[in-house]
Amino acid sequence: MSSHLELFAQLTANGIAVGSIYALVALGIVLIHKATEVLNFAHGDLLVVAAFSAWALIDKAGLSFWLVLPLVALAMGVLAYGLDALVVRRIVGQPQFAGVMLTIAIAFMMRGLVSMGFGTESQSYATPWTGASTEILGVTVADLSLVIMGSVLLIAALLWLFFRYTRLGIAMQAASQNQLAAHLNGVRVKRVNSLVWALAGVTAAIAGIFLAPITLVDTSLWLITLKALAAIVLGGFGSLPGAVIGGILIGLIEQYAGVYLMHGVKDIAAYLVLILVLILRPTGIMGEAHGRRV
Amino acid sequence: MRFDYHTAYRQGFALLPHTSDRVLYGLLIALLLAVPFFASTYLLGELGYVLILCIAAMGLMVLTGFTGQVSLGHASFVAIGAYAHAWLMTQGLPFALSLPLAALISAGAGLVVGIPAIRVSGLYLAMVTLAFSIVVEQVIGLWRGVTGGFMGMLVPNPELLGLSLSSPRAFYYVCLFFALAVLLALLNLMRSGIGRAFVGVRDSEAAAYALGIPVKRVKVGAFGLSAGVTGLAGALMAHHIGYLTPDAFTLLLSLDLVLMVVIGGMGSLRGAILGAILISLLPRAVAALKALLPEAMARQSGMEIFVAGAVLAFFVLFEPMGLNGRWLKLRALLESFPLYRRDTFRRQKSYMRSERNR
Amino acid sequence: MTALLELDEVELAFGGLVAIGGLSLRVDKGEVLAVIGPNGAGKTSMLNLVTRVFTARRGRIRFKGQDIAQMPRARIAHLGIARTFQNIELFDAATVLDNLLLGRHRFGSGRWWQQILRTPALTRLEESHRAKAEEVIEFLDLSPWRNARVAGLPYGVRKVVELGRALCAEPELLFLDEPASGLNPEETRDLAFWIEDIRTELGITVVMIEHDMSLVSAVADRVVCMAQGKMLAEGTPAKVQGHPDVIAAYLGT
Repeated sequence: MSSHLELFAQLTANGIAVGSIYALVALGIVLIHKATEVLNFAHGDLLVVAAFSAWALIDKAGLSFWLVLPLVALAMGVLAYGLDALVVRRIVGQPQFAGVMLTIAIAFMMRGLVSMGFGTESQSYATPWTGASTEILGVTVADLSLVIMGSVLLIAALLWLFFRYTRLGIAMQAASQNQLAAHLNGVRVKRVNSLVWALAGVTAAIAGIFLAPITLVDTSLWLITLKALAAIVLGGFGSLPGAVIGGILIGLIEQYAGVYLMHGVKDIAAYLVLILVLILRPTGIMGEAHGRRV
Repeated sequence: MRFDYHTAYRQGFALLPHTSDRVLYGLLIALLLAVPFFASTYLLGELGYVLILCIAAMGLMVLTGFTGQVSLGHASFVAIGAYAHAWLMTQGLPFALSLPLAALISAGAGLVVGIPAIRVSGLYLAMVTLAFSIVVEQVIGLWRGVTGGFMGMLVPNPELLGLSLSSPRAFYYVCLFFALAVLLALLNLMRSGIGRAFVGVRDSEAAAYALGIPVKRVKVGAFGLSAGVTGLAGALMAHHIGYLTPDAFTLLLSLDLVLMVVIGGMGSLRGAILGAILISLLPRAVAALKALLPEAMARQSGMEIFVAGAVLAFFVLFEPMGLNGRWLKLRALLESFPLYRRDTFRRQKSYMRSERNR
Repeated sequence: MTALLELDEVELAFGGLVAIGGLSLRVDKGEVLAVIGPNGAGKTSMLNLVTRVFTARRGRIRFKGQDIAQMPRARIAHLGIARTFQNIELFDAATVLDNLLLGRHRFGSGRWWQQILRTPALTRLEESHRAKAEEVIEFLDLSPWRNARVAGLPYGVRKVVELGRALCAEPELLFLDEPASGLNPEETRDLAFWIEDIRTELGITVVMIEHDMSLVSAVADRVVCMAQGKMLAEGTPAKVQGHPDVIAAYLGT
């Protein structure tokens, strides 16, 4: 295999791995946005909370990774449910902008609390796959990356099944289409919305727990929200499959830009994509066009 | 209660219709003019900074409060104004010429960022501005020839007609002059045709079109105006900081500006000013608070951002009309004293109205 | 009678769905024309074509002889065409007076530097706009609400404010999209008088899309009935109401 091809293949593998994380974060944000029309700017900070909790439990308390994963996922689900039930729900019916501001406020508060509770230093912890790697078709891929890709696919598939076949999933879809109509048809919209938040919280926890060992456990993890926004826009706002595809594409674009384009482009590639997509094709890859009737 | 009896339309146009208002605002301006004679150098610098933030917040208010276009990236215009001004001055341009030019350059950048506003609005536009500001921050870091990159850039001292304006007292007056000038100009603009067109575009695009308002031009124009004003604030900020580096203009500054506008109260220049004052006082308040706390808690660093978040959440949840709304309520209470009803400003219960189809 | 507005074989389609197919229509100067028809007949689409919300796929739309089918959307008001909306489109956060002043937009509001400096010339211009707005307030009995925010007003008043805003634009041709929907009988009676006055006193040609046949019979000179994007019948109110095709369209047989 030529070195060019090898580099390309390596970049592709890395891109898909990073992109899978973006996809997972994007999924969580789209879930909430579809159900409640709140664009959750605090999603990245849910990741931060999850990552720090996992670090504290693994590194400080010495618990096993396999115990911490469900524990933190459950705790984040409860936290997200509570956030909606106690705080975010109060602004229903106000302009979209109020939701943006409220979630930014929540993000600030969570970030502040994390700094106060866990300190401001970066941390790291080991997972069962740390350090190991597998060679596939001549490309070396870290085992952790493989696990991430696998779990993202699994979560996406589970979500699809959930929305397609379960009563609750269908109720969630109904509530996201038309809250009043769903309410009149006996869907308990408020509780369903909070459950969507809980679901998104669980995905955030998983993303946080897997992402932190790759980068570092740090409050700057929240910046992934912005990358996920680029993924969502690229995939077409409000589309779950679009969020997954968009996430992986953003991951790939970043990796390629880092090597094939000039210095510094890698860091802003995602944002350039976001701007270009919104100017040239606001509906993204899989979005639907809407017009307003007068 | 107070009733106005007008015999000419002109009387209704007055900015300060009542004698009591004129006296109060007159006293306020006299106080602001007198401050340098008894305030410390440090306090003057801080006050100048608050005035600069007031200008920037008014710039953002024009865009977000009046035309309803959310920008989460206004720090980029502060940065463009600051760097343009500093660069022009290092090229030998005098302060008096470089300042308006920097504002114009920033306005030009605003027009460019405003172009996506033709096609997208709401959340999408917010994301475009957010992405733009991250890109600008990065570009400033990489463009070493002009901006000095991450190493930074020294800002030349301001001079006017051979007089140095770099002393804290002189610079305070410069800031005060521009803050008042911008306030008056925007007040006049917002109560005239252009301001009405802004509000029209915000509240109903369909109706705005039907009345002959060129919606797209208004939207892009509002971006330009807003960026220009914010750029002016940036140019002044350059002198306040003295040494420019990209990390002075991050996302956090953008969010601070949005905080000022939201906490101040949408659609009111008074709100922008009140918001700017409150947000710039917040770190001081937290520092004062820390002095009272046990040392273990006071050493923690997340307190500032936590308090900022809590204040923002409080306003979004309980006072969506912001400080300006609180002010109006207080006035209504005082003016209609025995007759004031608590429900005058109460919001109606509402269902979620979809904004997906805007 | 001269034609003020002429639609000539106009066609509007959304993808494959033909909303209006080959519609020809003529509005004479000084008349009150009512457009009736079942829901989905294309009445509002026709209005949206003229005001350039939609673009016609084929055909000509002429206003005073000038083809406006491809004109920019914001230009239409400047020709002297004003409209109201089916689901009220007011500037909710502004006062009634500001809404009316926005109706004056097409008459200009001074250069930007005049606005910033508030020059005497600008003050005079603002006064003239205000005077016209006050005329409309007088005409429509809106004075109790002059300084009230639109968002808090009752539905009936909001409808009247929207009519007032259109009148502030001093149009030659006024489109009313279901002006009586949601009004009580008393408000509808007021509306009938106003439409009559708008025609006779202000000399404005009125085209109204309306379901309330009592209002149509009371004020319309001529009625056009549309169904499925085509014109079914036209003539006096009584004649159109008795037309067999119209009865069939409404009863679905």
